[in-house]
Amino acid sequence: MVEFALYNAWLVPLLPALAFLAIIFLTRPWPMLSALVAVGGIVASFVVSALVAYGVFTNPEFLEKPLVYAVRWFSMPGLNVDVGIQVDPVSAMMIFMVTMVASLIFIYAIGYMKGDPGFSVFFSYVSLFAASMLLLALSSNLVEMFVAWELVGLCSYLLIGFYSYKISAREAAKKAFITCRVADFGLLLGLLALQIVFGTLNLVELSDKVAHYEKYTTFGVLTLIAVLVFIGPIGKSGQFPLHVWLPDAMEGPTPVSALIHAATMVVAGVYLVARTVFIFAKVPAAMELVAVVGAFTALFAATIAVTQREIKRILAYSTVSQIGYMMLGLGVGSMTAGLFHMWTHAFFKALMFLAAGSVLHALHHKADIWEMGGLIRKMPVTGWTFVVGGLAIAGIPPFAGFWSKDEILVAALESGHYVLFVMAAFTAFLTAFYMWRLIFLTFFGEENPANHPHESPPVMTVPLVILAFLSAVGGLVGTPWAPVWSQWIFFEHPHHVEPNYWVMIGSVVLAAAGIYLAYQLYVVDKAKVKVKELAERYRHIYTILYNKYYIDEIYLWFNHTIIDGAAKLIYLFDIYIIDGVIVNGLAYLTGLSGESLRVLNTGRLQNYALVFFLGVLALVVLLAFTGPSSASLTLGGVK
Amino acid sequence: MENFPVLLTILLSPVVAAIIMAFIPREEHLLIKCVAATGTFISMALSLYVFFAYDQSLGGLQFVQRIPWISDLGVTFYLGVDGISLPMLLLTNLLGFSAVFSSWNVNHRPRDFFILFMLLVTGVMGTFVAQDLFIFLLFYEVVVIPIYILVIIWGSTKRVTKEYAGMKLTIYLLIGSAFLLVGVIALFMKTTAIQGAPDMSFEGLARAARYLSEFDQKWLFALMLFGFGSLLSMWPFHSWSPDGYAGAPTAVSMIHAGVLKKIGGYGLIRIALYILPAGAKFWAPVIAFLGVCGVAYAALAALAQKDLKYIVGYSSVSHMGYVLLAVASLNVIGVNGAVANMFAHGIMAALFFSTIGFIYEKTHTRWIPDLGGLARQVPRIAVAFMLAALASLGLPGLISFVPEFTIFIAAFKVYGGLAVVAIAGIIITALYALRAGANTLFGPPRPEFNHLRDIRGPEMVPLVVLGTVLVVGGLFPFLLFDVINSGVVPLMSQIGGALKIGGAF
Repeated sequence: MVEFALYNAWLVPLLPALAFLAIIFLTRPWPMLSALVAVGGIVASFVVSALVAYGVFTNPEFLEKPLVYAVRWFSMPGLNVDVGIQVDPVSAMMIFMVTMVASLIFIYAIGYMKGDPGFSVFFSYVSLFAASMLLLALSSNLVEMFVAWELVGLCSYLLIGFYSYKISAREAAKKAFITCRVADFGLLLGLLALQIVFGTLNLVELSDKVAHYEKYTTFGVLTLIAVLVFIGPIGKSGQFPLHVWLPDAMEGPTPVSALIHAATMVVAGVYLVARTVFIFAKVPAAMELVAVVGAFTALFAATIAVTQREIKRILAYSTVSQIGYMMLGLGVGSMTAGLFHMWTHAFFKALMFLAAGSVLHALHHKADIWEMGGLIRKMPVTGWTFVVGGLAIAGIPPFAGFWSKDEILVAALESGHYVLFVMAAFTAFLTAFYMWRLIFLTFFGEENPANHPHESPPVMTVPLVILAFLSAVGGLVGTPWAPVWSQWIFFEHPHHVEPNYWVMIGSVVLAAAGIYLAYQLYVVDKAKVKVKELAERYRHIYTILYNKYYIDEIYLWFNHTIIDGAAKLIYLFDIYIIDGVIVNGLAYLTGLSGESLRVLNTGRLQNYALVFFLGVLALVVLLAFTGPSSASLTLGGVK
Repeated sequence: MENFPVLLTILLSPVVAAIIMAFIPREEHLLIKCVAATGTFISMALSLYVFFAYDQSLGGLQFVQRIPWISDLGVTFYLGVDGISLPMLLLTNLLGFSAVFSSWNVNHRPRDFFILFMLLVTGVMGTFVAQDLFIFLLFYEVVVIPIYILVIIWGSTKRVTKEYAGMKLTIYLLIGSAFLLVGVIALFMKTTAIQGAPDMSFEGLARAARYLSEFDQKWLFALMLFGFGSLLSMWPFHSWSPDGYAGAPTAVSMIHAGVLKKIGGYGLIRIALYILPAGAKFWAPVIAFLGVCGVAYAALAALAQKDLKYIVGYSSVSHMGYVLLAVASLNVIGVNGAVANMFAHGIMAALFFSTIGFIYEKTHTRWIPDLGGLARQVPRIAVAFMLAALASLGLPGLISFVPEFTIFIAAFKVYGGLAVVAIAGIIITALYALRAGANTLFGPPRPEFNHLRDIRGPEMVPLVVLGTVLVVGGLFPFLLFDVINSGVVPLMSQIGGALKIGGAF
């Protein structure tokens, strides 16, 4: 069985893809059947992934050499592109995590999407989403990965715009796609340069060649390539300054938000950096860039999250911030820590989004946390599982987030990035604060009499409980005392971190301080006097933060003024200069010359006779004065 | 099947259909349309057969047909296909067949419409299978007349009148062909003088042209570049294209944007580059520059449009810029990409125009501010529209991604920074394609469109045929590239020597 799964890992993306096709072409008229097909597809894929993961993590040979099988996609002299599957510890971990989280989200969606007119279509899209992400994880070639990468983008476009009759959803979907497109432009240039310089985009061959890059290119070019490649993840993973699409992406149904934020879209960027880490490792400047962008984004998004009011929007900024952490981990040289945080984050972020969805479901999509309160009494499962998620993201031991965040902090400190370490530590404090602000305002305190909440059905709460369990214990695979994780997931050599008790204690103190502050401001102070006072006193800062540093406005202005202005100018140039002056001008001149030549065609015989006579006269004169030899030359006569 | 004249049958099938139609009473609309569909179907089926029966390992011209014709001028009725012409032939037939169904609701003089349309399709096919320059020009001129009549009778008047659009289209075609003709005659005289005997076949011309002086190659190539370039809507000779497509009826827009335009790109490769490689080498930087200008300029112009057909019109100018850039890279990867991109763009543009045609037919408008929310009322139209839009922005998994990718590799290698500008075009393309989709299909549905009937029955044919090709070609690019490559490699190796000597770079 395990052997079969290892050699047929292409089933992992194929099964959800087949579910997509089956729903679109066969089962669309029957919603429940469609849901079953989708859930069946992803669960089957999970089973295969689990077998693959078992096969990989029991056989240390995979640490030495990945299992790769591929077929030709297209080729011509000088350009061969294969599509294939690369099974190694990183991809095995990834497909295991994605299929597990996605399965739970799919099951939850049966309850959440109940009664929606687009029920079947929804399940077909999410199946395609999962398939694309799994293909991305298993790709053995960067072109293949880019294809999957763009398909992930397409699915997010379709799902964010799922309620496409809403203007806001339509615009959010477009924004997501185009923001990622801008980033993909950079990534594409990077890939083209890699292909041109190294002659291959196959991951294994590329990593061999990049190891001796001096034979192919200069250090400068490689640096440029690494920076270009990193632009892609900046967009896809919502890093500053291309993070703007991610908070708007919550326009999609909540299970989609959970998929995008936890298991698919945004972690794709982190995964891509991890997959191409052999390039970054050669270029310290690029690594620094990854680390700085990550740390800055982590802090930047956390400050925005502090002031937001909508429950999903806070979670969205928290994702931006947490992905920043992962990038920081990768950038300071610890792929182990970066991917570990991706793993734990998948559980608690999926959990919190689904729990938020459960809240929205109960409150009929009223999203402002200031209008909630005391929900935990009516919705105990949702409330308490959310609390578990809150503890995990804040970094309270032994919950999952503690272990991974700790590893990133230690990695930053040990690599000598002290400024980034302080930024990350402060972000940890802010994270605990804003997340518990959300929890206290939503689930504790006074109940809002206008709300009539009720707990969600088991099809939604059971996945919550499972995710809560995973958020609680999911980090135990990588404790400093039993570092199973770092023995399997690493670049070049295992990254073993000695337990650093100062960092541990420090991060717990910061998290506890954040929670305590939130408790003081939002629970003890029932009238929220202090909060209002603070907001009033630091009004300018509050406004800037609440408006997300006006970055959206700047982009909007750029798009509508600069790009559309240039478009308008070009169009006017086309109509009035190229078409108006040149093309129609030429046509007019042609017409004019016709008009003027028309004068000659009078149609009167006597005029023509006159011309004829004058011609003969001219000939006679010519002959008379120049002699026969030159005349015959002019007239072409016989010599 | 050995000696069965497949290519001739493909060519004649629409002609026979046109002759049959001439004998059908003019009010028998359905019968006329069925005959047109049958005629194009036979061609399509046979060209599919040829496409898959072509022996790639053998390469070269296959399914050859030679009938001596005007021996004084060295003209033979010489038909054949290789890896470069085969995709174009298939494309013409896929589009011709689909376009018949996109015109299923033409009820104004349908007999005349379809007879002219059959002649148009035959003319276009002829240019792709002709292996003799004279026959090529002959078929090219066959194309011009039906186009003009089709536009001015069945076209639509929007920003410009259909008469203006038809006139502009035709005159541009004719000016292009006039320059071409001068070049061809000069080429013919010079090669005849070199060889001692007239030979109009491409191979013969190429063989003799090798002995032309570099100067001759350069100016002859310039004439051909202007002729083929304006046909390919090369910037700044593109302005016929948006107006022409906007004025033309759906089927003509499909054929014109889809394949007729590609005669320019095909001619540039098969005739200009093949026969005059040294000239090509000299002009390549210019072609690349004009191509990049076209990509950026037309993409931005498309962004400013509010009429759906104008968007696709400018978009096709922009995409042809990629073809020019690819040809200008003068290497195997680039030329492969150019041919493949012509095929991909043909399918995608035809689906786009077909869908816009249906939208116009049903809503009586193409003006984007008057549209919106159609996805709820006519979901199949929305699917077709989005497929075309996504293919247009080069989404992987659809047919245009791999051709664009190969073009980018070839161009980036040769032109560096200039190519980056062209690659940046993918951002603007995404912007206008998605904006058009969003404002037409999504947002709140409009009550005035509640009664609209979605496409069904015969109207579904373009979506099914072209949509299938879009997806299959995108998922299995080797189907297309193996054939193209089998034609490009020998062509490039034949002219490889000439590309190396001297020149600007």
